[in-house]
Amino acid sequence: MSLFPGGRREEAERRRLFTRRAAALGLGQLALLGLLGIRLWRLQAEEGERYRTLAEENRVSARLLPPPRGRVLDRNGLVIAGNRLNWRALLVAEQAQDVGATLDAFSRLLPLQEHERARIERELRRHRRFVPVTVREFLSWEEMARIEVNAPDLPGILVDVGTTRLYPEGEHLAHILGYVAPPAERDMDGDPLLALPGIRVGRAGIERFHEIPLRGRAGAVQLEVNALGRVIRELDRQEGIPGQEVRLTVDAGLQRAVRDRIEAGTSVVVLDARNGEVLAMASQPSFDPSLFEAGVSARQWRDWTRDRATPLINKTTNGLYAPGSTFKMVVALAGLEAKAVTPTERIHCSGHLDLGDTRFHCWRRQGHGSLDLRGALKQSCDVYFYELARRIGIDRIAGMANRFGLGVDLGIDLPGAKRGLVPTRAWRQAQGKAWNPGDTIVHGIGQGFYQITPLQLATMAARLATGRAVQPHLTRSLGGQPAPGGRPEAWPPLGLPERDLKLVREGMWAVVNEAGGTAPAARLPGPFGVLAGKTGSVQVRRVSREQRERGFRAERQPREWRPHALFVAFAPYEAPVYAVSVVVEHGMSGAGAAAPLAREVMVEAFTRLRDLPLPPAPPPGPRVAEAGAGTGAGDRR
Amino acid sequence: MSGAAPYERRLLLRDRGGGVLRKLWRIPWAFVLLLGGIAAIGYVALYSAGGGPEPYATKHALRFGFGLVLMLCLALVDIRAIARLAWAGYALGLGLLVLVLLHGNVGKGAQRWIDIGPLQLQPSELMKIMLALALAAWFRRASREQMGNPLFLLPPALLVLAPVGLILKQPNLGTGLITAMIGGAVFFAAGARLWQFALALGAAGIAAPIAYAHLHDYQKARITTFLDPESDPLGAGYNIIQSKIALGSGGIWGRGFLQGTQGHLNFLPEKQTDFIFTMIAEEFGLVGALATLALLGLAIGFCFLTAFRCRHAFGRLLAVGLGTNLFLYVFVNIAMVTGAIPVGGVPLPLISHGGSAMLTTMLGFGLLLSVHVHREVEFAEAGEG
Repeated sequence: MSLFPGGRREEAERRRLFTRRAAALGLGQLALLGLLGIRLWRLQAEEGERYRTLAEENRVSARLLPPPRGRVLDRNGLVIAGNRLNWRALLVAEQAQDVGATLDAFSRLLPLQEHERARIERELRRHRRFVPVTVREFLSWEEMARIEVNAPDLPGILVDVGTTRLYPEGEHLAHILGYVAPPAERDMDGDPLLALPGIRVGRAGIERFHEIPLRGRAGAVQLEVNALGRVIRELDRQEGIPGQEVRLTVDAGLQRAVRDRIEAGTSVVVLDARNGEVLAMASQPSFDPSLFEAGVSARQWRDWTRDRATPLINKTTNGLYAPGSTFKMVVALAGLEAKAVTPTERIHCSGHLDLGDTRFHCWRRQGHGSLDLRGALKQSCDVYFYELARRIGIDRIAGMANRFGLGVDLGIDLPGAKRGLVPTRAWRQAQGKAWNPGDTIVHGIGQGFYQITPLQLATMAARLATGRAVQPHLTRSLGGQPAPGGRPEAWPPLGLPERDLKLVREGMWAVVNEAGGTAPAARLPGPFGVLAGKTGSVQVRRVSREQRERGFRAERQPREWRPHALFVAFAPYEAPVYAVSVVVEHGMSGAGAAAPLAREVMVEAFTRLRDLPLPPAPPPGPRVAEAGAGTGAGDRR
Repeated sequence: MSGAAPYERRLLLRDRGGGVLRKLWRIPWAFVLLLGGIAAIGYVALYSAGGGPEPYATKHALRFGFGLVLMLCLALVDIRAIARLAWAGYALGLGLLVLVLLHGNVGKGAQRWIDIGPLQLQPSELMKIMLALALAAWFRRASREQMGNPLFLLPPALLVLAPVGLILKQPNLGTGLITAMIGGAVFFAAGARLWQFALALGAAGIAAPIAYAHLHDYQKARITTFLDPESDPLGAGYNIIQSKIALGSGGIWGRGFLQGTQGHLNFLPEKQTDFIFTMIAEEFGLVGALATLALLGLAIGFCFLTAFRCRHAFGRLLAVGLGTNLFLYVFVNIAMVTGAIPVGGVPLPLISHGGSAMLTTMLGFGLLLSVHVHREVEFAEAGEG
């Protein structure tokens, strides 16, 4: 080709063309590289800040730190609900060469059940390989030692410590403290803490009532994580706020002493009559609250719920009884207030009262003869109170009962406490039935539709003793702040004439301390002062006239048909400190079963607590008024 | 035989007879130094990616050293001998492509390689260079009339389409397109008419929808992800988003050597290979990224400079082909990690970790240096006129 004359020209032309084309290519490529430069400028210089934030979000992961749950103390500072270290064996799959072999080796030291192993393997599958999975909880020192000694044979196993709830008093305080359990769906209140593994929430009692302050606030730790979520290091740590300490009004020693004396079906409440503090609150039988910690087995739960003695139910707040003759003080005060009777008026008891063609019997068949109010209380004459009830009507009785805390919500700091029932005309009409005059007669002696809790009976005793609308409460202080209502002045007066109250108290004094009273068995031994009280016996089955005529004997009946025995009391008579109520299911008679028990409880209280100092009066200020107003409102509910 | 003047003849004789020492003297050592600088950036980035000299950085340095020897040896080989071997090289490349289709290993759905002892060879990488060689050999004597003749352009078009088809069959969309573009660049530099390009592009435009229907699902996913990366933040779009976060968080001055959280906490995918540029940009910022880009741009520019200074068409076309190859590596890789084009496994030359890529890159630079060293030789036309 180059032999042609035009070869050189041709060659030069080709080269020019190439130069143009190559220059175009080169410049195009340069332009494209320039575009890349601009793009980098956009990403790195203009939007750098935004992407830096995204990078931070990528690498930083916040984890919650569970705060220690607040402790619960009794009135003397004894720990009754605390936290115990819980040693656990964990397995990190990543650190075990062979998970199966490690579990086999573990099983040779501490045998693993089939279902435990299945759970472990399930959790291992569910989590990433560096997430620890619990193999065994609640290790003893010996078990821990066994694991540590054999650590070389257990690759991937590590021992770590968490906390678990501890109830040193066991079942003695179970009804008051309640228990904690893993949160269920309904417990989720938006607190992220509840999503943490191992967290427990209060399910009953004080644990539930003060759940939020007891729980505390979660701390947070900021961790640097990689793309797989593995923790690289800790960046920042904010300690949480530990749960607040709750101090109760209960005396653990008294509680234990009371519970040791009572049998299944018996409830005892001991209040400080002056301010409503609950000193003891015992209901038999009870349960072991620590069993809930790991989740109650279906079998245990069935046993509890099928047990007719209802161990899970706090009968002092949830057991409902007719008050029987312990109600007579209320009827007396209602009669006095309505001026339907004077303190000196005598009413004749012939052993029965006739209304129409219905005959209402006195417990004493031969009658009491002519009695004034004090005598009627002392001897618990039924006819006197039939007559009184007939004169004033059910609604006045109910009104007075409510003022003494019967059939109303007492605002006790225990969830689920029953309100009970004191019937009225309107209540009966709401049921679509008429209120019969005969119903009023029966209700005059505390029988009938009443549904009253032992706690309400004790509250009634305290209000009778002090004339103030004290309300029972269990919390003495929360997080170091004293709860309101510690001083008697915090509670408003009942608004009853002192003369009327004194008369009724005298009647209660006579019940115990005067010859012919119904409950001499409740009389306190000399050094402990003077006790005033009132017995009650409540039929649980209606006794027909036929049975009565054939000579009905309650003690020959099957146990569950026998009457309940009740007793309410306060002491010392001159300056009341303690108010007590005792309910013995199927205990036959208040005087026989409940009164001696009340006496023992009272002696126990005096022995342990003496004259029980009140908290010092706070300096005058708006707080006192506030407390008084706040607690007074509860009574009207 | 030739009509060259005595002076020129002397010049040619001197060139032709240049000994090894003369050739060594003509090697552009500044360019070799530039390559060393780029490889050093790669070493630093791989040191950070591996958290130390192992497992990437040391190997990278050794491979570069080996590649440097290979490159310098190639630089001394006479360009005319290389031109004679172009067809054999092309045939070898094509043969390997067929072989890899039949017996190759498949990784990540697309890359196909052959194990040659300790080395993994990706024939498609080698093929790009062989294609540039073959096209340069075909066009080196083409006249203007010939370039206007479609029949003359048909064989080289087949030279391009055969490997492209085989690579698309692997299937490797990105490399296939890049190979086609290298071919197109050599066609363009050789003087093909613009209407011919228009015709080819039109044909491709018609073929594309049909081809898309035959694409594998993952390839379709790449294209859809490109259009909206946030649509699938944990799937196919994850890489792009994390890469952009890493780039952006680097800012202007970077987060500092070994301080990049995106890379070190493994949010960045394949940080030692395809996304190595992101590591550089995160830790050394816009400044580091632009500096890297500039050095690579200089290397590309040197290819074109060599083309302009070369006195024979074979060298010119080969240099343009090699320069375009280098440019496409750089552009596609950086455009990919900045989220400008769909992700496709293209490494960054001299910086990404990988033996096969280093080998083919240094092979290309060796050919380029041979062109540079022998830019003034005259091709014998005997038996061909």
